[in-house]
Amino acid sequence: MSDTPIDRVAKATPPSVAAKIRGLSDRAIAWLFVLPTIFLLLAVNIFPLIWTINLSFTNFRANRPNREVDYIGLRNYERILTDEDIWLTMQATAHFLFWTIFFQVLIGFTLAWLINRKFKGNDLWTTLIVLPMMLSPAVVGNFWTFLYQPQIGLFNYGISFLTGIDPSSFQMIGDVSLAPWSIVIVDTWMWTPFVMLICLAGLRSIPDYIYEAAEIDRASQWRQFWTITVPMVLPFLMLAVLFRGIENFKMFDLVVQLTGGGPGSVTELTSINLKREAFEKWRTGYSSAYAIILFVTVFGLASIYVKALNKVKER
Amino acid sequence: MSGFFNGLMRFRRGPWEMLASILIAVGVIMLMQPVVLWAYTYSFIVTLTGTVMFIVVSHFPD
Repeated sequence: MSDTPIDRVAKATPPSVAAKIRGLSDRAIAWLFVLPTIFLLLAVNIFPLIWTINLSFTNFRANRPNREVDYIGLRNYERILTDEDIWLTMQATAHFLFWTIFFQVLIGFTLAWLINRKFKGNDLWTTLIVLPMMLSPAVVGNFWTFLYQPQIGLFNYGISFLTGIDPSSFQMIGDVSLAPWSIVIVDTWMWTPFVMLICLAGLRSIPDYIYEAAEIDRASQWRQFWTITVPMVLPFLMLAVLFRGIENFKMFDLVVQLTGGGPGSVTELTSINLKREAFEKWRTGYSSAYAIILFVTVFGLASIYVKALNKVKER
Repeated sequence: MSGFFNGLMRFRRGPWEMLASILIAVGVIMLMQPVVLWAYTYSFIVTLTGTVMFIVVSHFPD
């Protein structure tokens, strides 16, 4: 009879090591396996977090490591939370968050509702719709800059075809009033399929007998939609909203590639602003406080997200 | 509604988590609203209170 891989490993283990392991309890062996992961988590996640909290109370600058570091208490937090420029950055993020979530939920739910109806080529359409979210954000940002080109961009020609406006008369990326919408359009294009998939999972979890009972009660299609479909998909939709909210709050790569935060700073989202404070102005202590503010906000939202996730699981 | 307040009085997880979630949501709205600067200034403390409260109350009994 041939040896199994476990037998071979057991035979290859030196007798001294085997004797040591044999003397350990199951619990000790479990700890032995888990310890490297715990150590990595502490080193990569927890220690930097504690160090950042520590730095947020100082005036440390990473480009002047030899300068004396002073503890300045909550002054960094005070500066950030009274700075009107950062407040404007938060508003740009809010604009981006609100409209991306609004369009993604609206279009994503509609697409899911349509895809959920059985028709020929259903699977092919699902695959095609899901394609954008499989691309890298850097690639998406890069090719949308070409699509938005006023001279050669397909987007401008599309708008021109639909409305009759001269394609070179407007610049999506260069115009102060249009640039915030340009990033909303690209993010919506990229992430609507994700919302659609979550909504589709919600729609497919609704048992058919509920609709059959509603048919027997002579409920109209409209009433069935508002009293069965919407309430039963709502937890899934909330999950999608929270997930996209958290992701977009941290949005960096797509927008940097597309507009670089410009023109001026109209598309400078919080993460881009934070990167400038930390690695262009080198205000490390200040940007640590900024990062902690964003971290607490995302952590709070993530707590609600986990709660919503548990509610969906309970169903 | 009375069930909610009863849960709060008896330190039950559900209503306290709901209260913490509301605080977090209010904090995030205060952080991003374009109307008043003082709301932005106090947003962090509201979000922080909600988040810490959420961590604590998630250990309350159901």
